[in-house]
Amino acid sequence: MADPFQLNISHELVERIGQYGAGTFPHECCGALLGHDSAFEEKAGAVPSREVLELFPLVNRRDDSPRNRFAVTAEDVLEAEKAARQHGLDVVGWYHSHPDHPARPSPFDREHAWPWYSYIIVSVMSGKPADLTSWRLNDDRQDYTPERIEIRNRAAV
Amino acid sequence: MAVKVIIPTPLRVYAAKKDSAEVSARTVGEALGGLTTQFAELRKHLFTDDGKLRSFVNVYLNDEDIRYMAKEATPVKDGDVVSIVPSIAGGRALA
Repeated sequence: MADPFQLNISHELVERIGQYGAGTFPHECCGALLGHDSAFEEKAGAVPSREVLELFPLVNRRDDSPRNRFAVTAEDVLEAEKAARQHGLDVVGWYHSHPDHPARPSPFDREHAWPWYSYIIVSVMSGKPADLTSWRLNDDRQDYTPERIEIRNRAAV
Repeated sequence: MAVKVIIPTPLRVYAAKKDSAEVSARTVGEALGGLTTQFAELRKHLFTDDGKLRSFVNVYLNDEDIRYMAKEATPVKDGDVVSIVPSIAGGRALA
């Protein structure tokens, strides 16, 4: 059975997210995922798809608790959306790292999540990037659905 | 007053994929209420169960954050633009 959600991303961008997580370790890194989602395209009968084509790294605003929290302000979100528009893309999600912790969403992640966005989490263990997962908040806000990550070498959009 | 409400990308799937909606309102709160009347599925993503705006939902009247004005009681006039802007937060579980 097909996964309900799939995120297409290049190997290079996956590596870069891991490098950002290692670079800010033991603090969390965060940033925007810029890309395309077929939901806003006018092609009738198109297979739903989402692809990340660029990253927009942001400063973690939670300087009071950067080891276990990240925050992106509304102004940062507007900056990320502006950067996306300049590339002809949309903000399709966000990435952050979990230093010395598994790549699973926490209850705090869920309480603060938006629907629709892809949330990539990279686990960084002892300063080295480990597992990378992606999640989407369910419509009822009660849980996440894991998103299958398809690593591609080239943009397919 | 006829105002335009800008709907953020992650909520457009609950608003017939529209990026904005026209509503009739006297305050920002009424504008948001008008929006969730048109698109009922938006409500739980904007408001908590007790009807308060969620902490990561930011609302601007034209370019001003309503937190620095009269919040949801901020009056609106014809042609105003109310923007809903996400902020993003998260992080690992403690210990």
